[in-house]
Amino acid sequence: MLIKRQSGNIILPSEITPREFVEARRHFIKQIAVGAAGSAGLIEMANRAAFAQDSGARKLPATANSNYVLMENKTSYKDATTYNNYYEFGTSKSDPAQTAGGLKTRPWTVSIEGEVNRPMKLDLDALMKIAPMEERIYRLRCVEGWSMVIPWTGYALSNLIKKVEPNSNAKYVEFTTLADKSQMPGLAYDVLNWPYMEGLRIDEAMHPLAFLTFGMYGQVLPNQNGAPLRIALPWKYGFKSAKAIVRIRFTSTQPKTAWNQAAPREYGFYSNVNPDVDHPRWSQATERRIGEDGFFAKKRKTLMFNGYNEVAGLYSGMDLRKYF
Amino acid sequence: MTLNPKQQSHLKAVLFILALLPFLRLVFAIFTDGLGANPLEFITRNTGDWTLYFLCITLAVTPLRRLLNLPWLLKMRRMLGLFGFFYAALHFLTFLWFDHFFDVAEMLRDVVKRPFILVGFIAFVLLLPLALTSTNKMIRRVGAKRWQLLHRLVYLIAALGVLHYFWMKAGKHDFAQPILVGSIVAILLLLRVVWSVQRRISEQRLSANAS
Repeated sequence: MLIKRQSGNIILPSEITPREFVEARRHFIKQIAVGAAGSAGLIEMANRAAFAQDSGARKLPATANSNYVLMENKTSYKDATTYNNYYEFGTSKSDPAQTAGGLKTRPWTVSIEGEVNRPMKLDLDALMKIAPMEERIYRLRCVEGWSMVIPWTGYALSNLIKKVEPNSNAKYVEFTTLADKSQMPGLAYDVLNWPYMEGLRIDEAMHPLAFLTFGMYGQVLPNQNGAPLRIALPWKYGFKSAKAIVRIRFTSTQPKTAWNQAAPREYGFYSNVNPDVDHPRWSQATERRIGEDGFFAKKRKTLMFNGYNEVAGLYSGMDLRKYF
Repeated sequence: MTLNPKQQSHLKAVLFILALLPFLRLVFAIFTDGLGANPLEFITRNTGDWTLYFLCITLAVTPLRRLLNLPWLLKMRRMLGLFGFFYAALHFLTFLWFDHFFDVAEMLRDVVKRPFILVGFIAFVLLLPLALTSTNKMIRRVGAKRWQLLHRLVYLIAALGVLHYFWMKAGKHDFAQPILVGSIVAILLLLRVVWSVQRRISEQRLSANAS
């Protein structure tokens, strides 16, 4: 049999790190941290990584959804929880892991309102019971040109949307995220208009890929990754996936979104992953997979819709250069 | 404070080691997995930061020398400037290596397409003649007057460097650091303007008195 490797994006089964190795590595990091606990500050990095894991160590059981499994290495838990863009906790990618620890994620209520027949306020437990928890492994492509592969736990956002029965005026869904100065040190700087807002067209929000997320790596979401609930939209740049959601509003007009307001030329409302439409200041044609693409690797090619071509129908007939 | 030549060369040696520390730290971190989740981004940003810091330090030599009356400070300037070039070269190399994997044609396409990169690239290219004419031999060959004129390019280079940084941070909407570096460069350049105006005024007075 001829095994032909077509591009950097296809990973041979032989290249995948076996699960036992990954787990052994995590265990090892934990061990180091335990050892370093006595000599505080000495191995601060390892300590912090283990802290991040332990603080969210509550397991979140879920059934793996076999439709969303990737033949790609998962990003290490450490990288996924210490390299975050979450400006409410600081603009440096190492900030959220250090400053989000104290965020109170219970009690938590999400208000669902606007153009719906059944507006409701739901607490976290009620939200988590709306549909069975499943695990999906999604690619995550950041607009900055790096990517990860993350196992999320949650359910399709459409389950929640159906429950509140949007009326015929509901054309868009707007997500408002928490903005609490006492818990989020980044809010002291007006780098963005707080609260951070995001939005989707309703057919995008109803797409089976749109995922309401409560956990990752089999555990409850760590605070720095958007606890207690966020969305995951694997075909869009990462910033579209709002974290720490407090309100979901159905509207007839296109919602104002944080990055689009900050720099409309650079960040469109749609922000679908698209290798052919460059960011004004850098190319989107390639990306660097965190933890894998090292010093001696060329960056890998970015795929249209991040490889999720099943969403293409949502945008048929649209000029994606204009609606970037 | 005056330093004898021996003390000056000791100070220079100390400064040399200090100036090398950021580089040694990077090398150490590479081998101890200390660069975080995206090591290539870390290296690119770190070398860029240190280029700007050394441009500021180099530009501060003349004002400090005048304000504190320390003529011997001038003897440290060349080395500090060359360290600026060293970090700039590392920064450029990371761009060529990590972003374009030594594909020079692709790199040049990227440079002309993106103003933020173009500005940084021009600044780096302008640094080259300054580094090349930094030896005593080259100063003699070029001639002191012309050499000084040539090396005033550093004012433009510093301004371009700040602009490059500003543009890069615009993506993060986070201007605190570019404003800080920009203000330092602005003050250092403004001092020169003030002194040059003062000199001209006193020269005019002198010539008026003479006639």
